[in-house]
Amino acid sequence: MLEIKDLRASAGDKEILKGISLTVNAGEVHAVMGPNGSGKSTLAQVLAGHPAFRVTGGTVTFDGQDLFELEPEVRAQAGLFLAFQYPVEIPGVSNAYFLRAAYNEIRKSRGLEEIDSMDFLELLEQKLKVVQWDPEIMSRAVNAGFSGGEKKRNEILQLAVLDPKLAILDETDSGLDIDALRTVAAGINQLRRPDNAFIVITHYQRLLNYIVPDYVHVLSDGKVVMSGGKDLALELEARGYEWVDAQAEALAK
Amino acid sequence: MSEAYLREFESFTGAATAEGPEWLEPIRRAAMERFAATGFPHPRHEEWRFTPIAPIAQATWRHGGIGGAEEIAREQLAEFVFGHEEWCTLVFVNGEYAPGLSSAGALAEGVVATSLADALRNGGDLLQRHLAHYARIEESPFTALNTAFLRDGGLIHVPAGVDLSRPVNLVFVTTADAAGAVIHPRNLIIVERNARASLIESYVTLAPGTRYWTNPVTEVWTGPNSWVEHTRIQRESEAAYHVATTEAEVARDGHYRSFSMAMGAALARHNLNARLADQYSEALLYGLYITHGEQLVDTHTVLYHDHANCRSWEVYKGILDGRSHAVFNGKVFVKPEAQKTDAKQTNRNLVLSDHAKVDTKPQLEIFADDVKCTHGATVGRLDDIALFYARSRGVPQEAAERLLTYAFAAEVIEEVALEPVRDELDRLVLERLEGR
Repeated sequence: MLEIKDLRASAGDKEILKGISLTVNAGEVHAVMGPNGSGKSTLAQVLAGHPAFRVTGGTVTFDGQDLFELEPEVRAQAGLFLAFQYPVEIPGVSNAYFLRAAYNEIRKSRGLEEIDSMDFLELLEQKLKVVQWDPEIMSRAVNAGFSGGEKKRNEILQLAVLDPKLAILDETDSGLDIDALRTVAAGINQLRRPDNAFIVITHYQRLLNYIVPDYVHVLSDGKVVMSGGKDLALELEARGYEWVDAQAEALAK
Repeated sequence: MSEAYLREFESFTGAATAEGPEWLEPIRRAAMERFAATGFPHPRHEEWRFTPIAPIAQATWRHGGIGGAEEIAREQLAEFVFGHEEWCTLVFVNGEYAPGLSSAGALAEGVVATSLADALRNGGDLLQRHLAHYARIEESPFTALNTAFLRDGGLIHVPAGVDLSRPVNLVFVTTADAAGAVIHPRNLIIVERNARASLIESYVTLAPGTRYWTNPVTEVWTGPNSWVEHTRIQRESEAAYHVATTEAEVARDGHYRSFSMAMGAALARHNLNARLADQYSEALLYGLYITHGEQLVDTHTVLYHDHANCRSWEVYKGILDGRSHAVFNGKVFVKPEAQKTDAKQTNRNLVLSDHAKVDTKPQLEIFADDVKCTHGATVGRLDDIALFYARSRGVPQEAAERLLTYAFAAEVIEEVALEPVRDELDRLVLERLEGR
């Protein structure tokens, strides 16, 4: 589904991704871990097409298409979704209005008819259950005045409604208390299917107790320095990121 | 230049159309004399330096007696009634009350909503007490000119303790017959003690592209412990000029709330002056201007904090496209005795084009020491990260820009209490954005 080969990217003059390769197939959950500044979030944002980053090398194909040929909206329409680490507030537009606009744009891009607000409400009712939320949240402006936890939950609601093939969750666990974490993780688990895939970016192993990954990759200084199964996350938790750095240094020699 | 107006004035006061109570004659005459003495504001006058009124001052405008109501069918006005034909709607065609196009609506007992011309024919000391009491001819030559030629407009009187459950809708519509003419609508809104009222004042046209000049003055008295919501919508012809003055005075414990939408006219100026005339009164001024092409929209507001313990809250937003120009000047005067004043002013501008221009200026003059007064003005573009957020959800660039621009407007439109009016304002914004 997603094939990343030797990806390099910069912010301004600073190279952040220094040759990342990763393959994600349908039905898989990949965890990407790493210390602060290792390039985890940059990887997520580059894949979604964030304007702050410049791709300087390598290739990424998504379902066989060159991802970097596609505008951010076309990537979304093709089935790629990024749950933001810092979701954006849009005062003035209700959550329902925004989400329906997005949903309809994606439908339009696939040659489907737009859905009216009544049918959309029905769909919403189903999806709100995924994150155990009351419909009341939909009349509030997008993320405006939301708590950190509400913002993250809102990202997962959008994910549930837009139903992408590949979802990238950028530190969705950061700032969540344990109850919110459980709710969000349970929501994500409900959305797992053989025909979709997830990249879960996290600093801590904690989230992976709830969302069990098939593969774990560890990033350090813009490169994948280790890959393994779910046990790698536990080992990482036990040994700390210093261990990774030592391994990386050994690798470099 | 003044001679032409003086000649018009003599024929106006000589004509039957200006009939009215005796006390009005000296008011009109004093106003005419005032205008004759001052003339139009000089281009370098501080209050007018961003507002090129030369096209108004140098033209010769026809006065009065335009007619045109008979050519309009009620259906043509459907889009100006907010889907509520049952509301009391007073329609003025080219400045003149059109009873055939108006609807009486069901009003609470004792409420008067009528044409000022009709009310003046009947006299009454209510008018004498309030008319030309709040809008002072010394304030501006435009107010003087309006007062000299005042004849028709809306009169709303809500007696003490009465709740006007439905709004009164004042619609000033122009037709092609208005070409080359000046119209001086005059409105008087009196909301007495413990009463509640909502009114809408719209300036619209059936002849986009017609060049005329509207010079309205609206006086609003918000009585003790009363509540007034005043929504103003300016959608004049884009070849027209609109120079308007609103004078609102708020009594003790009174609450005056204004929303002003400006999107029409080649040149539009709105002077909105709110006087907090006794303690514990408040004025909330919200506004939205949306400009494109070569339009100039100028808003000058003044909040007079004359007494202690009053609150004012002001939020004006602007969306500018094309080569348009917006001016915002917000004054807040806090007198020495106005302790515990709470005043906040915000002006935010969203610029969609490289050629649009904004001049924004807060002006706080505070003479009391125990007050909370803040102001802030911004001029900016759409936020890149917000755009990316919308695009990352599948919304294409242009639609994302529209969505965020709409959101910017909607955030202030939300302050309009009347839902049907809010919906109409939303529609107008979306329609304008879709036409980009």
